Amino acid sequence: MSLQASDVEKIAHLARLGIDADDIPEHTRNLSAILAFVEQLNAVDTAGVEPLAHPLEATQRLRPDTVTEVNDRENFQHVAPQTEAGLYLVPKVIE
Amino acid sequence: MHSKSLVELAAGLQAGEFSSEELTRACLDRVGRLDGALNSFITVADEQALAAARAADACLQQGEAGPLTGIPFAHKDIFCTQGIRTSCGSRMLDNFTAPYDATVTAKLQAAGAVMLGKTNMDEFAMGSSNETSFYGPVKNPWNTDTVPGGSSGGSAAAVAARLVPAGTGTDTGGSIRQPAALCGVTGLKPTYGRVSRYGMIAFASSLDQAGPFARSAEDAAIMLGVMAGFDERDSTSVDRPVEDYRAGLGDSLKGLRIGLPKEYFGEGLDAGVAAAVEAALEEFRKLGATVTEISLPNTHLAVPAYYVVAPAECSSNLSRFDGVRFGYRAGNPQDLTDLYTRSRGEGFGAEVKRRILIGTYALSAGYYDAYYLKAQQVRRLIRDEFLQAFEQVDVIMGPTAPSTAFRLGEKADDPVSMYLSDIYTIAVNLAGLPAMSVPAGMPGDMPAGLHLVGNYFAEGRLLNIAHQYQQVTDWHLRCPEGYE
Repeated sequence: MSLQASDVEKIAHLARLGIDADDIPEHTRNLSAILAFVEQLNAVDTAGVEPLAHPLEATQRLRPDTVTEVNDRENFQHVAPQTEAGLYLVPKVIE
Repeated sequence: MHSKSLVELAAGLQAGEFSSEELTRACLDRVGRLDGALNSFITVADEQALAAARAADACLQQGEAGPLTGIPFAHKDIFCTQGIRTSCGSRMLDNFTAPYDATVTAKLQAAGAVMLGKTNMDEFAMGSSNETSFYGPVKNPWNTDTVPGGSSGGSAAAVAARLVPAGTGTDTGGSIRQPAALCGVTGLKPTYGRVSRYGMIAFASSLDQAGPFARSAEDAAIMLGVMAGFDERDSTSVDRPVEDYRAGLGDSLKGLRIGLPKEYFGEGLDAGVAAAVEAALEEFRKLGATVTEISLPNTHLAVPAYYVVAPAECSSNLSRFDGVRFGYRAGNPQDLTDLYTRSRGEGFGAEVKRRILIGTYALSAGYYDAYYLKAQQVRRLIRDEFLQAFEQVDVIMGPTAPSTAFRLGEKADDPVSMYLSDIYTIAVNLAGLPAMSVPAGMPGDMPAGLHLVGNYFAEGRLLNIAHQYQQVTDWHLRCPEGYE
C-alpha cells in the first residue's frame, strides 16, 4: 500500500493533527513503509477466527449505579490552560 | 551503600545500620554526580523524597516496617504523581502536574518506598531506544554512545548505574524487558491485568502493563508484590489474590520443562547474543531442567499485528490531548479546529505523530476490517499458539532482544528497523502473558538478556526460575565501569 501526500493530509485532518508541510514527504514515505510491512498479515487465512480484544477474554465489570466520587472540579481544572467559572474556555465556536 | 541489593538495604534499615534519610541522600548524591552523563531522570524530587524518607524512618523506629519501607526507587514518568510533574516524556505534558496518584504510585507510597524522582522515557512510551523523549535521549551506562533501550530506558539505566536499587516501568511491546536486557538488569512484565493501569498514562490499553526493574529476581519479587493487585478503578484489572512472590524463589528447577522456539534463533539474531542464550540453557540443564525445541510458527506476524493494534489504540487514547482540559495549548488559536490541530501538532513529537497517523488510517472508514480486525484475528492465532506450547513446556526461553545495545541514531531514521528490535517481546504483549528479562552474558562487553515467558499468572514461577539462575551465575552482579 503506497500512500500519496494527499492521503497523509487527509489522515492528519481526521486526527486533528497539525504536521508541517515540509514533513509530509517523510511521513508519506514512513507510513507507506509501515503499511507495506503490516501487509504480511494479508497472507494469513483468518476465516472464522474470532478477533481477540482482551488477552484473558474478560468482559467489562459492572458496578452498582451509586455515587462514589466527590466533586473535585477545582483540583482537576487547575491544570487546564484556560477556565472561567468552572468552565473550560475555547475559541468562539458559534458566531 | 549503592552497591547493596534491595534486600540487603532493607535488612540494613531494619537493623538500624543506616537510616532511610541517609540512604536517600546517598542516592540523590549519586544522581546529582552521575546522571548528567546519563539523563535518566526528567524530574528529581529531592524534597518529597527526603520527606518520605523521614516518614519511613519513623515507621522503622516504631517497628512497623515492610520490605520496601525506606527504599528509594525511580518511577517512570508515565505514572501520575500528585503534585509532581508527570510529563510522559512529551512536550504535551511538560507543564502537567497530575491532580491525583496512579494506583502503583499510591501502593509504593503506602508501602513506605521513597520515590526519588521521575525517569526519562520515549515520548508516551513509543520507542525502543529512548531517543523519542522530549527531554533528550538516555545514555546506556555500559557505553554512553549506545542507547539504553526503550521505552522505560531511564529506569533501566538508573538501576544499572546503581543510582537506585529498583525502578518501575511499563511494557506495551517490550518496554520493560528490552531496556532491562540492554542495560543488564532484571525486568518483569506481569500478566495483563495483574498490575493496575489506573493513573498510568495510556498508550495501547489492551497491551499496557506495569512492572518492576531491579538488579535481581529476588528484589524484583519484592517490588512486584507491592505493585500487583486488584483495583476496581481499572476495568481490566484481574480480581485474584497476589501470591507471595518470594515464597517459591528457592524451589528446585529439577524437572522444569523449557521450550525453545526455533523461530527465535533464525535470521537477524546476533551470534554473541545467541551464544549467551545457549550458555544460559546449559546452566538450566545443570540445574535439572530439560530443554525441548518447540515451534511458534506465527512469530513473524507479531510485529506487523502489533503495529496495527498499538497505533490504533494509541490514536484513540491520545485524542484526549486537545489543548482544552490539560497539557500543551498552542498560542493564539484562530478557531477550535486550529486550537486542536496546532496544540497536537506542536505538542507531539515525530514518532507519536507517526503512530497517531497509522492508527487513524487503520481505524478509518473502509479500512477497519482490513487492518484492525485482521490484526485482532492474528492476535488470537498468536495467543493460541502460546497456550498450545504451554501444554508441553513450563517456560519458553530465548533472547530478549536480537542484539546488544545499538548506537544512538543508528535506527532513528528507519521506523521499521527500530520496530524489529522488539521482535521477541511483542508477541507476549499480544497474548497478555507474563515475561522477564535477566542478564545472561556480555557479548562484546555489552549486556545480553535472557527472555523467560510463562503461562498466565506464572510470575512466581518465572521469578523462581530467574532466581535459581542468579544463584549459579553472576551476570546480574556486573556493574558498568565508573558506577561501582
